[in-house]
Amino acid sequence: MNVEAKLAVDRFTVDEDEAHITLADTSSVPRETLELLVRGCPGGLYRLTDEGTLDFDYAGCFECGTCYVIAHGTAIASWNYPRGEMGIDYRCG
Amino acid sequence: MAEEPYGAIVVGAGPAGCIAATVLARAGIDVVLVERGTTAGSKNMSGGRLYGHSLAKVFPDFAERAPLERLITKERISLLTADSATTVEFASTKLAGPAASYSVLRASLDSWLCDQAEEAGATLVTGVRVDRLMMTDSHVTGIVAGDDEMPAKVVLLADGALSLLARRAGLIGEPDPHHYAVGAKEVIHLGEDVVQDRFGLAPGEGCAWMFDGHCTDGHIGGGFIYTNRETVSLGIVTTIGDLGHSSTRVPEMVDRLRRHPVVAPLIAGGEMKEYGGHMALEGGYDAVPQLVHDGALLLGDAAGLGLNSGYTIRGMDMAIESGRLAAEAVISAHARDDFSAAGLASYTDLLAESFVGKDMRFSRRFPSFLEDTPRLFTEYPAVAEQILLGMFVVDGTDPVPLSRTARQALHPVGIGTVAKDAWRGLGAVDGRTSFATRMRGGDR
Repeated sequence: MNVEAKLAVDRFTVDEDEAHITLADTSSVPRETLELLVRGCPGGLYRLTDEGTLDFDYAGCFECGTCYVIAHGTAIASWNYPRGEMGIDYRCG
Repeated sequence: MAEEPYGAIVVGAGPAGCIAATVLARAGIDVVLVERGTTAGSKNMSGGRLYGHSLAKVFPDFAERAPLERLITKERISLLTADSATTVEFASTKLAGPAASYSVLRASLDSWLCDQAEEAGATLVTGVRVDRLMMTDSHVTGIVAGDDEMPAKVVLLADGALSLLARRAGLIGEPDPHHYAVGAKEVIHLGEDVVQDRFGLAPGEGCAWMFDGHCTDGHIGGGFIYTNRETVSLGIVTTIGDLGHSSTRVPEMVDRLRRHPVVAPLIAGGEMKEYGGHMALEGGYDAVPQLVHDGALLLGDAAGLGLNSGYTIRGMDMAIESGRLAAEAVISAHARDDFSAAGLASYTDLLAESFVGKDMRFSRRFPSFLEDTPRLFTEYPAVAEQILLGMFVVDGTDPVPLSRTARQALHPVGIGTVAKDAWRGLGAVDGRTSFATRMRGGDR
């Protein structure tokens, strides 16, 4: 079971109007930092493209804060929790 | 006309926030508990074990009433290599009683705690994200959510490990990756009888299992399994500051645990009900920020209150105690009508004198011991495997004395290193402080 299949089991209310995490221009961010984001995200939502740019999808986000700790102010331009009632909705926790 | 301020606003309906709101409401203070999730617990995840001692102070009958999964009567710790597990098991009816711990799932536990706060008289607001704190100079005077301002005499920040509100207000600095860990967990449904049969448990009793080694691929951290009533929680925790160690991704670490030959048969045929991620605290005592500010206090994970001593991993019991003690401090601040940092300072004193302060001071060296001893997560599980293979493999080859097997197994690490690690590890577990720390008088 890959991580995408695992996320499909979870309940998310995706905020289509507002991305709660936005990326900065990562061209001058060390590749090491980008790799840490890819490695650390429990949802596997960060990916490095073949061109070496960072790809991110906020839709399956657990709002854990790991990427904030790794890259707030470098690769990550803004980080917020989703608006009220949006985002992950744990039924077990 | 300015709106009359509330007696207190609590941000975050996790264990710390719900307990604080309960104790404040019981004292007759008009308290509002604000939660961004649709329900309390819908944003929260933990490995899954609650040590019940601090909750019993607020709800003496919680064991009968709260939605607990299983009473933990079996502890296991395993050192993992790719092929092997060296396991210590301790099972005892003495793990029940006053020192009892329980497997829990947070969606139901936090909901129950929140219900108790409401029943005590707290006003609950769900589905509201607090965007920032209201400030007058450096004094916190309430919260802001969207276009709404809610003034309060004091704000209790129980908004989780990241505590974005405290950071935005400049009450705490940017996070140190070495002070935080990321956890990922699956909840796997097996059915009540299957859980009991596979883990050898009586009805209502449960197993807590820690794993060191293979699952985190050499990263600082480990795996865990907690048996719930009908499900098991299976996951890993690893220090964010140590993610550079190897290229293995966090979701793959969970897979390494669930596919391990010792684990796989236990969850075979199970249905995954949920997969989640959360941050945990790893910095220990030295990472705790200033907890009292003008008009605000930090509670639970937001206060950095978490403890990893290697064989016990705690957060919720400390969060609950911090919630109760913060409420006590706020109640006395109300009596004196002084909500400055000085007026709230009794929280820091109460916390320092409680088991929270004592246990965290006691184990303050453990986080640095883990960081300084990568062998714990790499070589040592392999050493255990090699020695035990020497003992248990019978294949017709020439006999080798156990002492030589042990020497050979330890050779790559070096006997001196092993002895040093053992001494430092025992010291860290034992609460022994370094000579330098004693000289500074920094530890009592």
